[in-house]
Amino acid sequence: MAVIPASPGSRPGARRLGRIGLHAALAAGGLLMLFPFVWMLLTSFKGAHQMLNTPLDWLPNPWRAQNYPDAFGALPFAQAYWNSFYIAVLNVVLTLFTSAMAAYAFARIRFRGSGLLFGLFLATQMVPQQVTVVPLYLMLAELGWVDSHLALIVPGFVNPFAVFLLRQFIRAVPIELEEAARLDGAGRWTIFWRIVLPNVRPGLGALGIIVFLASWNGFFFPLIFLNSPELATVPLLVSQFAGQHGATDYGLTLAASAISVIPMMIAFLIGQRRILNSMAMSGLGGR
Amino acid sequence: MGVVTPARPTPRTRPARAAQRVRNRDGWWAALFLAPQVLGLLAFLVFPLGFAVVLAFMKWDGLGEKSWVGFDNFAAQLTDPEFGTAVWNTVKLALLTVPIGLTLALLVALALNNVRGRTFYRVVYFLPVVTSSVAVAVMWQVILASGDYGVLNSTLHRWFGVTPPDWLDDPGWVIVAIAVVTIWSSLGLNVVIFLAGLQTIPPSLTEAARIDGAGPVRVLRSVTLPMISPTIFFSTVVAVISSFQAFDQIYVLVNPDHNEGARTIVYQVYDLGFQKFEFGMSSAAALILLALTLLVTFVQFAAQKRLVHYDS
Repeated sequence: MAVIPASPGSRPGARRLGRIGLHAALAAGGLLMLFPFVWMLLTSFKGAHQMLNTPLDWLPNPWRAQNYPDAFGALPFAQAYWNSFYIAVLNVVLTLFTSAMAAYAFARIRFRGSGLLFGLFLATQMVPQQVTVVPLYLMLAELGWVDSHLALIVPGFVNPFAVFLLRQFIRAVPIELEEAARLDGAGRWTIFWRIVLPNVRPGLGALGIIVFLASWNGFFFPLIFLNSPELATVPLLVSQFAGQHGATDYGLTLAASAISVIPMMIAFLIGQRRILNSMAMSGLGGR
Repeated sequence: MGVVTPARPTPRTRPARAAQRVRNRDGWWAALFLAPQVLGLLAFLVFPLGFAVVLAFMKWDGLGEKSWVGFDNFAAQLTDPEFGTAVWNTVKLALLTVPIGLTLALLVALALNNVRGRTFYRVVYFLPVVTSSVAVAVMWQVILASGDYGVLNSTLHRWFGVTPPDWLDDPGWVIVAIAVVTIWSSLGLNVVIFLAGLQTIPPSLTEAARIDGAGPVRVLRSVTLPMISPTIFFSTVVAVISSFQAFDQIYVLVNPDHNEGARTIVYQVYDLGFQKFEFGMSSAAALILLALTLLVTFVQFAAQKRLVHYDS
């Protein structure tokens, strides 16, 4: 389906030329996409003295692998990895569970005001998080959750987009499955847990990936709510590191940045098909 | 689609009463299923939003006395040249990133739709999307650094003999630099979404158009674009909203405290709230951002009625 069948009258030579042109353009664009990563890796092996060389050196000379252990040792990276990881996992679990519940109610239970409530859910999507962040900070400070991971975990599960997406998936589950279960005496909760959830596993998987990525890469909330170094998430740690060493030692900073990026790159390359399909699905609104 | 009541040949009153009972119980079930998200939404979104509205009419530094100041915070922001700069920069960033970013994404998606090796390119273009915005900003900082320290400027100077501006330090250019980084980091997401949209077009449709004698441009204009216009619309709305909310790349790439050219409304909200502790002012700025977001989204929804093709 990728290849347009030759239409009557188009010359094969011209078509081939066009295809070569397309590949050339795509490859050139691809190089532009990759260059910042390549440059990050090259720079991460340069010593501090090499920053001052003019003209600028493209390659490290010598290759200073020591930047990596140095960067890793200068900051509590292992701790930050754990923090980012467990916060993201909790975000995924809580978001999936509660938004699947809400989505089920919107998709399959008739109640007064259902349409209105759903509309309000969708409308809240337009409120930028920066609009509520000051009051949220004051609230969470009152609860004693500032400078604690609770500030990231608890408010994080509220996700109207997730409700919307899962509602689309639940609506696609054949109603007959549910009716058959009901005739067998299953209640709402059993139907939700045993019939609906297993049938929307692809949707849950896609959403899980999206929530995990957003949580893992999130920066604004950690910046606002966390102070203690041992609580920092990976992006927060890298930004602090860049703030301290950025101008003085590019090599070290970029090594820190590479350390922060590489695990996610590997995970992406392994699961690329599922991740890309999840993203596409969410962009099409679950269609 | 709600509860389907099976038609059964029983007397009229009993099923009606039973249905009534089911519906009553359904109300409780709905409340139970909705409770976590709805309560969370009320606590962490609706309540803070109301709180922000109240704060916007107050003067408060978080510690001292609160006092009502009416519309003073709004008036102060709207007449503050710093806020004016922030609004203008926010608008500029959206005008640069949304049309250019989405057009590029559409071109790449159209090209990928017609070529082998799609999987490989999809992965390459998507890499920045899975990279944290902080790491993205750090990478680009090194590329865009001034003079001979940055690879871009040193190359432009050495190979082409031009003296380019200091992208990150020049107030006139920094928003362009931020736009480039934003486009680079979000391109892959839009490509993947557009590509998925393109693949929902039945091949028979484009074929039929071609058999009717339509050239490639005509097929694109009369079949492909109308067919994916709902996707384009959705992506545009999302892109505008997220460009209005851009913070991470700006905060890490350039500190707007040192370069006014990078100050956006969101940065203003952050600066007033978390650096100057003027919670009232910060909330007023935030509500102006919300109003701007709602206005632009409303205009987009009004415009889509004429521009977007929905095929049921």
